[in-house]
Amino acid sequence: MISIRDLHKYFGALHVLKGIDLDVQKGEVLSVIGASGSGKSTLLYCINGLEMIQDGAVTVDGIDVHAKGTDINKLRQKLGMVFQQWNSFPHLTALENVALAPRIVKGKSKAEAREIAAKQLQHVGLGEKLNVYPSALSGGQQQRLAIARALAMEPEYMLFDEATSALDPELVGEVLDTMRLLADEGMTMICVTHEMGFARDVSDRVAFFHQGVMEEIGPPAQIFGDARSEHTRKFLANVR
Amino acid sequence: MFDYNFHWRPVMKSLPDLLEAASLTLQVAVLAMVLGIVIGLCLALARLHLRGPVYWFATAWVELARNTPALFQLFFFGFGLGAFGLHLSPYLIVLAGLTFNCAGYLAENFRGGFKAVPETQIRASRSLGMTPWQAYSRVVIPQVFRIVYHPITNQMVWAVLMSSLGMLVGFRELSGETQFFASRTFRIFEYFAVTAVIYYAIVKVILLSSRLMAARLFRY
Repeated sequence: MISIRDLHKYFGALHVLKGIDLDVQKGEVLSVIGASGSGKSTLLYCINGLEMIQDGAVTVDGIDVHAKGTDINKLRQKLGMVFQQWNSFPHLTALENVALAPRIVKGKSKAEAREIAAKQLQHVGLGEKLNVYPSALSGGQQQRLAIARALAMEPEYMLFDEATSALDPELVGEVLDTMRLLADEGMTMICVTHEMGFARDVSDRVAFFHQGVMEEIGPPAQIFGDARSEHTRKFLANVR
Repeated sequence: MFDYNFHWRPVMKSLPDLLEAASLTLQVAVLAMVLGIVIGLCLALARLHLRGPVYWFATAWVELARNTPALFQLFFFGFGLGAFGLHLSPYLIVLAGLTFNCAGYLAENFRGGFKAVPETQIRASRSLGMTPWQAYSRVVIPQVFRIVYHPITNQMVWAVLMSSLGMLVGFRELSGETQFFASRTFRIFEYFAVTAVIYYAIVKVILLSSRLMAARLFRY
């Protein structure tokens, strides 16, 4: 379980997250929606320790992410992350991209790591592209490669930071399909997204962020059909 | 009118000596480059990530190496240190001068290379559980290496050609050796013409092997 208590995050004088309280249960799919700059992406970075926090706490399976003694590199193996800019490693083939971390972080043998990588690439539909360099892949394929790369570490949670925002419209579908597949397999997911269709159809709960505050959280039917917050209704009216 | 008679025989006779001197040229240039790459990498990282005295030391090195004549840098390690009673051998003077110069130029190449790799590559690596060192050594540096590969080749060529300044501090590398024979036989044009051909051949071999190596190294 991921548990966030009274989380505060500042960038200099800018108060980006203003006391977030949130629990994400195993197997749950949570979508986080809201305008740009509302703090949604920063929340993900705070969960896997890529950003420091100024107050409050984030714990993953009882381990405090930001505590001094925490082995953050070990903890991050539980938390796969997929970025808006897919960040494939351009100097490695698809197979090597995925095999790298299992080999050097988990200490798997070369053969074992390649086997895991091939399996995960198959999983996201890139079984034909094992020996291709990222420059020869489309944006959608590179994003699926990034998903496979995160999955190869056998994470228990997946964090998606606007995974489809940088893609050409015709490539969004293939990435969303892959995310749906993971959700169906029971992966615990936190998806920061602007894809309202995905948020409505796939999530168990949807959280709406507004200016660093989690204004509202609930089942998709409630958020999309009967939002309590004025801001939520306004936001949803604008994106539709 | 043109009444110069060419005499190539003395040059041909000392060709083995010239070729031996050429190997010395190549040796000192390669050594200066190896040291220059290691030091240049450190200077670049110091300038990117550190503050205070180390930053200023690295910056001063880069500024001096790039903005003063290479010949003066050589003279510093020869006559400059000599004035303080520290007498280096001609070989060491050239090696030190070349290394100082190459490290300065390479540092800036490396700095540009590091800046060209997006910060997000490190974030992605760290998110997979890599340590900062793993992220740097497995993800960032291989990409930097490709970016700086051709500038490094240029610097290698420059190091070979610049080593000819060694003859001004009494180093008998290819140019020093040529000067020595030329002044003994007065066949100045012939000697320097042949030596120019040797330099040309060395540089061509460097460029060609660099290109072949690049084709093997960089498949992306």
